Amino acid sequence: MTAEAALPGSAMRREWQRFTPRQRLMRYAVYLVAVAAVVESVRSVEIIPEFLEDAPAQIVDLFARMWPVDWSYYPKTVHAALIETLHIATLGTILALAMAVPVGLMAATNITPWPALRLFAKFILVSSRSVNSLVWALLFVAVFGPGGLAGTLAIAFRSIGFVGKLLAEALEEAQKGPVEALTATGAPWLTIILKAYWPQVQPSFWSIALFRWDINIRESAVLGLVGAGGIGMALDDALNLLYWDQVALTLLTIFTVVIAAEVLVTFIRSRII
Amino acid sequence: MSIAAQEPGAASRARPFPANWPARLGWMALAAYTVYAASLFQLTWERFVVGLDNGAKFIGRMLPPLLDKWALLARGLSESLEIAIISTVIGVAIAMPIGLFAARNMMPPWVTWPARGLIALCRSFHPVIVAILFVKAVGFGALAGIMALIVASIGFIAKLFAEAIEEISLKQIEAVRATGAGFANVLIMGVQPQVLARFIGFSTYQLDSNLRNSTMVGIVGGGGIGATLFTAFQRFDYDFVLTILICIIAMIMVGEVLSGWVRRTFQ
Repeated sequence: MTAEAALPGSAMRREWQRFTPRQRLMRYAVYLVAVAAVVESVRSVEIIPEFLEDAPAQIVDLFARMWPVDWSYYPKTVHAALIETLHIATLGTILALAMAVPVGLMAATNITPWPALRLFAKFILVSSRSVNSLVWALLFVAVFGPGGLAGTLAIAFRSIGFVGKLLAEALEEAQKGPVEALTATGAPWLTIILKAYWPQVQPSFWSIALFRWDINIRESAVLGLVGAGGIGMALDDALNLLYWDQVALTLLTIFTVVIAAEVLVTFIRSRII
Repeated sequence: MSIAAQEPGAASRARPFPANWPARLGWMALAAYTVYAASLFQLTWERFVVGLDNGAKFIGRMLPPLLDKWALLARGLSESLEIAIISTVIGVAIAMPIGLFAARNMMPPWVTWPARGLIALCRSFHPVIVAILFVKAVGFGALAGIMALIVASIGFIAKLFAEAIEEISLKQIEAVRATGAGFANVLIMGVQPQVLARFIGFSTYQLDSNLRNSTMVGIVGGGGIGATLFTAFQRFDYDFVLTILICIIAMIMVGEVLSGWVRRTFQ
């Protein structure tokens, strides 16, 4: 006993841990559930082993069929489809911006004082984002018939949630100073929005628009698979006819356009915004 | 007029909000483009009205949702969930080294450029398009969907992971190096503690995103609920379509809540 008392550090010899027991328990629970989910998924997923063994040979065959690329398909079909894709993405983004502004205003805490209206706006935003653009496209193809219009509306409705959510966040971060100054002059509501909020959110607005346009270029390339127009239709035709050289050309075109759009967006962002 | 006469300086004073002609021209150009593009797609009022009429019929046929194909629905949904989980795990495992190779503060340029090219390639195609290629390569079924989503996961996670590594503090790396630690120890003791929380955040986001896309790869034959959805569409079973959509949305929302909770646990 005395020997222990003589050791000055013994009472202090506690094991320090970074997390509380509750935090550690939560972490272990997450690990356990994650491992269980993976094991259960691997056990129950239906994978045919012969297909997996065959895969390398099939991939070699795929590339062999794709080469040489059928360049003559570009002026015939792909060019017009590509232009349509660009229009779908751009017009879809513009429509989405137009529709997302009121919803974003309704969702922002500092602009809309009524919780019921905010909840309604949040509901619109969440439902827009939860439905995949391909599903939106299927719905609009059923309503408006196949073609670019269905694709445009699918892109627009899919983008409302993304744009509206980010716009509402930008509005909530706006400084109160200009708003109070304009309110003090007795300015009407629209003037306050245009002259106090708009200049503050304008940079983020254009940045959101560009970001979404970039995403929409990628998304509009697949809409044609369900009949909603654009380069996806050219891809679908080539796939159904098993013209893999034309498929290769279409994929190359999509790749080029997506990279070009990304470079353009990065350039505009660094120069203007 | 009388007011102007009373305030002699009013005319000479600058307007508080001067007209911004470049901005106005920009808005006009945007409006002109919108009208032009809308005319390309024959977006006219009559078509819109006819469409609304079709839409009303469409919604009428969707209601009430069909509730008696639970077995089919449950099989599709669980396959989608399995595709999402497996592809996230494998995708994250592959993305970790690629992200490390793409980080410019850890690796020389001749390593980062190929890694960045691979990431750009993985990112530029929509998962559904990648799924088409894998359906050709490995046949119909869940395997094609898993491989397509692995590619998507690599593109997303590796890019964000590389950015996270590029933002870390180099002081800790230096400290670990000063002890004579090798490269692996620098990674484990210097890099990993700084990026782990963000990395778990990215992975849970990717799980959400894979869950969304795993419900879609079935449209082109990649397994999961998408096949059931597309078939129901083509057979005009719109009431079953509505049921599937509601279940997909519910599953995605539950997934988002869970992953948000995991992110808070590991903050």
